[in-house]
Amino acid sequence: MSFNTSQLLQKKKKYILELWMKNQLADEGLREDLISNEELRSQSEELINSLVGNLSSENVADINSDEWNPVIEILGGIAITRARQGFSPRETGSFVFSLKDALIQVLQEENKNDAKVLFAESLKISRIMDNLSIVTFETFIKGREEVILRQTDEIAEISTPVIRVWDGILALPIIGTLDSARTQIVMENLLQEIVETGSSIAILDISGVPAVDSLVAQHLIKTVSATRLMGAECIISGIRPEIAQTVVHLGIDLSNIITKSTLASALAYAFKAMKLEVRKTSTVLKSNF
Amino acid sequence: MILSLSKDTIKISQEQDVVFLKNRVKETAVKIKMGLVNQTRIITAASELVRNMMRYANGGNCVIEVVSSGRVNGVRLTFTDKGPGIPDIAAAMRDGFSTGRSLGLGLPGTKRLVNEFDIKSKVGEGTTVTIVKWANG
Repeated sequence: MSFNTSQLLQKKKKYILELWMKNQLADEGLREDLISNEELRSQSEELINSLVGNLSSENVADINSDEWNPVIEILGGIAITRARQGFSPRETGSFVFSLKDALIQVLQEENKNDAKVLFAESLKISRIMDNLSIVTFETFIKGREEVILRQTDEIAEISTPVIRVWDGILALPIIGTLDSARTQIVMENLLQEIVETGSSIAILDISGVPAVDSLVAQHLIKTVSATRLMGAECIISGIRPEIAQTVVHLGIDLSNIITKSTLASALAYAFKAMKLEVRKTSTVLKSNF
Repeated sequence: MILSLSKDTIKISQEQDVVFLKNRVKETAVKIKMGLVNQTRIITAASELVRNMMRYANGGNCVIEVVSSGRVNGVRLTFTDKGPGIPDIAAAMRDGFSTGRSLGLGLPGTKRLVNEFDIKSKVGEGTTVTIVKWANG
């Protein structure tokens, strides 16, 4: 190498940072609402220090060398925080790309007279920065996927409430597809609540389940059996006409289970089983005044 | 003579794809003005088959087609996997037969839910199941 880029960059570190900051602040995608200028500067400074510190004429062509690990780590950290803060991929990408612009500009200023060297060095810097951009994107996407996973967990958590509709009667509206994981949560919540409230009747409402296939049916049967083992009775309500026909065609036997078409009729059945009566008052109640 | 009017391939590799597939099947069924009961039938059938595919073959491909035969339109679903295959199809088509501790109603039940049902399987190579549900069938 006729000309040592890494030494040059080391020397010009401050200048590069200034150039980079200028690029970033001039960029349309600057998100002052998400990140303050001071924070941006300190992030940039950390990355430049690590990048310039680890760059040598040997590893410039090889992104897989161990010396790049600290740089990748810092970049990964920045990308993940940005993903969580809600930066768009373009905004995150331009963070790295604007550094590339700054580095190339410095190279240009230094090698004005030697186009050959300028070309060779720019190519190397380009390649390394492109690789770092890819790393940034990969980490960014991973960060977003984590957000999605967390939301999936949350949905599973909130979508299985157990409601106490009456003293001794629990209702459990199920919404969405009932897979093995959901069934497990439903069953756990239901059995726990039966113990805690001492309820004797549980109503599983499947109005919100789009289709009942043999696996869903099997899960329902299991839940009912588990409830019975606890000494409580389980009623399945919300069976729509099309679901009833499909279940019959599939050949699933639900005759051992008490099923009702609506939650109201299930509740009525539960009242009857508990020898409760709901009546319309015959006379207007006299107020206590 | 059955004509294919549109074709859509969905790759099934994880649990989330099941819901996605069911939604696509529903969209297709609604598009050809299938009634609610038949919609539910084809969705349930798709659900059975895709679950089998996930469970025994770790996923595969599903092709959703709108098919036409004369004046009626229908939905054709083709499930292809590269799983272990089914050694005894006749047994698998019997009610209550299961190698995986399930109810054993998936394949025979699916057959009852749809108008046309075809299964081909080779041990060690994989299984292909094709079902057709006509809009008014």
